[in-house]
Amino acid sequence: MITRLVLLAAFGLGISTSTVGAIEPIKTVASFSILADITKQIGGDRVSVDTLVGPEEDAHVYDPTPRDAVKIAVAKLVVINGLGFEGWIDRLIKLSAGAPKVTIASDGIVSHQTTIEGHERTDPHAWQDLRSVQIYARNIAESLIQIDPDHETLYRANLARYTEELATLDQDIRSAISAIPAERRKIVTTHDAFGYFAQAYGIEMIAPQGVSTEAEASAKDVARIIRQVKSEKIPAVFLENVSDHRLAERIATESGARMGGKLYSDALSKENAPAGTYIAMMKTNIRELTKALMP
Amino acid sequence: MTTPSDLYDLVIGPFAEFAFMRRGLVGVLALSLGAGPIGVFLMLRRMSLVGDAMAHAILPGAALGYLVAGLSLGFMTAGGLIAGFVVALLAGLVTRVTVLKEDAALASFYLISLAGGVVLVSLRGSNVDLLHVLFGSVLALDDPTLLLLATSASINLVVLAVLFRPLVLECVDPLFLRTVGKSGSVTHLGFLALVVLNLVAGFHALGTLLSVGLMMLPAFAARFWSATLEGMMAVATLVGIMSGCLGIILSYHLGTPTGPTIILCAGAIYLVSILIGRRNGLLIRFLPRAHLSA
Repeated sequence: MITRLVLLAAFGLGISTSTVGAIEPIKTVASFSILADITKQIGGDRVSVDTLVGPEEDAHVYDPTPRDAVKIAVAKLVVINGLGFEGWIDRLIKLSAGAPKVTIASDGIVSHQTTIEGHERTDPHAWQDLRSVQIYARNIAESLIQIDPDHETLYRANLARYTEELATLDQDIRSAISAIPAERRKIVTTHDAFGYFAQAYGIEMIAPQGVSTEAEASAKDVARIIRQVKSEKIPAVFLENVSDHRLAERIATESGARMGGKLYSDALSKENAPAGTYIAMMKTNIRELTKALMP
Repeated sequence: MTTPSDLYDLVIGPFAEFAFMRRGLVGVLALSLGAGPIGVFLMLRRMSLVGDAMAHAILPGAALGYLVAGLSLGFMTAGGLIAGFVVALLAGLVTRVTVLKEDAALASFYLISLAGGVVLVSLRGSNVDLLHVLFGSVLALDDPTLLLLATSASINLVVLAVLFRPLVLECVDPLFLRTVGKSGSVTHLGFLALVVLNLVAGFHALGTLLSVGLMMLPAFAARFWSATLEGMMAVATLVGIMSGCLGIILSYHLGTPTGPTIILCAGAIYLVSILIGRRNGLLIRFLPRAHLSA
């Protein structure tokens, strides 16, 4: 609506079409929903953001489609996470025959190592640490300023506001966790995406031993988790990745642990759901953790 | 040397320590009670593959229930039952009014049902979800699911008792019942309904496809141990129960997925029965003397 008014105003004032072209939002493609949200926060009305791996979709099983190549072909800016999260992006950009600027949002963060399927690798899930995301936001802002220097003040103002929000939330999460008794700051979770969160905020995330989320569980696996939770006195289990929620409930009941709710790791929820934006997602996660861990 | 306490750790310990093991065991026992006798009738009526066809027919109904309400016991059960009944009825109708035989009619409708189900599931997005329907979980039986399995087993036994005589008649001489009256098709449909009920109960524990295994494999094994119908039904039920116990314990010690392990145990018992079965086992057929002298 606002864009339309601006356009009308532009025509009314008899501004040449080349200037009108500049008022069109910058076409941007984000590799997944969390980056798309951060880009929108910084770019505001000046950018239109397309997402390759949308809300509630899994980036690990993403399969590029011809439509995605078209999105990239017309884009001025492509925002990716980096750290090996989007192994397919180079091929997709080449395929699209476009020449967008590619921003690696995680440039400059301190990365962690993790073990994925037995191999030591860089953990890509850096957005689980709010201080890293402040760097994400700055990187994205710098790229937008390079592409569209006319609106530098707008981007800088948005960046300052967003950084402030991120810093406040970072503090909130820290104080929420310090309210939990130290010996209760641990959960069992099937997620492998919370390494940065665990390190930044001091919650121990214990992977259940020997459970693959893809294959069907064996009685041995289930018995092992129950024993582990009991012997280490872990207050809560977050097992929504386990293929059958009844199995997760069974494990919780039998081990005496609390059953945690949904934690968001790699994707936002749909807009009207509890994790429609990155900030909302992190708030939801800390709320779920507090609920499960408070005595 | 195996001491009694080793044996306790091996066999009793897991069940004493973990409630999920006990629940799995109870679930499989309930399933075997219903599935064993049904499997025998299917085998004797040369309908061994009907179980498979019905399992495929049920799958989309269960998947639809899953789409509507997630992993909801009620919706998935209702969906599966409805899909199964509809396919059975339509197949019966086509058999009666057209030139197609029952196997062809059944095959056609389960294929349509299956394809429709896959399309429906993929419309919603991920078809990974379908795997949850394909593989149930013996380890995750909660109270309502256990109650459902027990109810299904009870209904099964009662209905089988009522339908027993006409079913036996149909096994021996399918044309007889049809010529003396309409009760033939009532019996037939009632029987198919039992098959559907069993498979629907089975998919909560074992998944749609594997639950056919617990129905048919014990029946085939029983064929090698008894010559009478009652005997075969008893042996089939027993084999089902044995496979269940053995499968759960093996899955606990070896770390193999529980559902498939149970079916593999049933398969192993079947193969052993082919070899050493008292009735027409290979060993007896080819080494009659060894048997007599033993």
